[in-house]
Amino acid sequence: MAGADRAPGSRVSFRQPSILPGFGLTFGFTTVFLSTIVLLPLAALVLEATSMHWADFWHTVLSPRALGSYRLSFGASLLAASINLVFGFIIAWTLVRYEFPGRKLIDALIDMPFALPTAVSGIALTTVFAQNGWIGQYLEPLGIKVAYTWLGVTLALTLISMPFTVRAVQPALLEVQREMEEAAETLGAGRFYAFRRIILPTVLPALLTGFTLSFARAVGEYGSVIFIAGNLPMKTEITPLLIVIHLEQFDYRGAAALGLVMLVISFVMLLAINLIQAWGRRLQIRIAR
Amino acid sequence: MAGIPITGSLVGDSSRPGQRTWANAIVRWLFICISLLFIAAVLLAPLATVFIMALSRGIEAYLHAFADPDTLAAIRLTLITAAVVVPVNTVFGLAAAWAIAKFEFRGKSVLITLIDLPLAISPVISGMIFVLLFGLHGWFGVWLQEHNLSIIFALPGIMLATMFVTFPYVARELIPLMQQLGNNEEEAAITLGAGGWMTFFRVTLPKVRWGLVYGMVLCNARAMGEFGAVSVVSGHIRGLTNTMPLHIEILYNEYNFVGAFAVASLLTLLAAVTLVIKTLVERTGYRRR
Repeated sequence: MAGADRAPGSRVSFRQPSILPGFGLTFGFTTVFLSTIVLLPLAALVLEATSMHWADFWHTVLSPRALGSYRLSFGASLLAASINLVFGFIIAWTLVRYEFPGRKLIDALIDMPFALPTAVSGIALTTVFAQNGWIGQYLEPLGIKVAYTWLGVTLALTLISMPFTVRAVQPALLEVQREMEEAAETLGAGRFYAFRRIILPTVLPALLTGFTLSFARAVGEYGSVIFIAGNLPMKTEITPLLIVIHLEQFDYRGAAALGLVMLVISFVMLLAINLIQAWGRRLQIRIAR
Repeated sequence: MAGIPITGSLVGDSSRPGQRTWANAIVRWLFICISLLFIAAVLLAPLATVFIMALSRGIEAYLHAFADPDTLAAIRLTLITAAVVVPVNTVFGLAAAWAIAKFEFRGKSVLITLIDLPLAISPVISGMIFVLLFGLHGWFGVWLQEHNLSIIFALPGIMLATMFVTFPYVARELIPLMQQLGNNEEEAAITLGAGGWMTFFRVTLPKVRWGLVYGMVLCNARAMGEFGAVSVVSGHIRGLTNTMPLHIEILYNEYNFVGAFAVASLLTLLAAVTLVIKTLVERTGYRRR
């Protein structure tokens, strides 16, 4: 990739030779800054949590209140990622395949949840879906309560993780070869069959990546959820909030233990994303043949 | 929103094999409607609510909300934080991109993963790690107290947490861009006798300027809007350590909705400006990936 005419066969050294200057300076600055701002503080968390006695650690991590918070955090995140899997695909499809007035505006707006501060989405969603809110007032007679329930948590997580699926699927949909699709249809394949055999395999890795990214973002989300959740222990209390509560009581160990659990899950998600993408590349090559 | 004429231009669809045009039209209409309804309910309604609530007592009450000294202090704190964090992370991003894109060395992919790490971590954890280090009961808590220094519940903590959260934004925009552009021009400049700095400022920087703007704008949006991480380290001292998003929470919990949504409207405008700049940058020909 980089280094158009690098010397061959210099695998013994840490770095391949280049005539460009500044490696020492930039590499040194990068690693030192990365270590101070990111790695050392994270190491502190791991050390703090692992310095607990096993019994204490498990007691904190498996307390009924913690288990309740995992159930909500993971359940709602999974649901939100699934909702985004369906709607994200539909939206990406609409934006890629159809031309309609306002398409460019909608396309730009998709990134809004990335740019909008989470506290703003939190209070705005709560207002819209409260009992007397624009949408909440129509759901109330149907017996559907959104604000201050797990439904509200799911809704907030859906909003903030929506762009991930759309943005993951859009480029993949652009790559689907229309000729193949049309050939399949002229040869008498049904719409659904063509979709299943040609579009889905191309888009599947992107869909899964989007799903995982959505889920990973939703699990850790705090700002938008605490406004709409109601924050009742065991019922509408997410894990990040439980960490904050531990911290506010100066129970640093307890907070670190829960933090470690979430950190491990984040790593697993990162690993999963990398595996999915590697699998996707292999799949792509197989389709291309 | 659903009443948009579907018989507009049929750019993408008109080349389809003729048989199933009616089915195509129905699917098309359905997909556009679902997309628009979903975006309207989840995204547009909350956005509109922000401004309607902020102006619900008239323009005067809206403007009056900004006369509150605590609100002004929150705006000032947010601006100061962003003014420090964005340049620091920009310098880091440039250094990291130079080291990673211009040279081949071992462990490069590990370094890239580590730079992206903060994106995968819950904001609450991002704040907590600094509390564990510098908090009253943290590792350096006693030492800091003896020397009369405060990091947590003060400006340095807010900056550290924000720096952690926005750490990857500039770097992850620049690294792929610089890798893609290659080294030929830089190598030519060096061969012709230009110094390292001259090559960087005259050759590299002009090439990557739009990517740089892109990354800085995203970094700034996140820095100004961060809630979870800053909430953990700030201590919520009114007029002193409250950033804009934290001040929104306080006002909202005090049922001062005009005040809360007035501050929220500023952040929403910031998000809108961010998206506009992003769209403009993309229009200059700089595309993601």
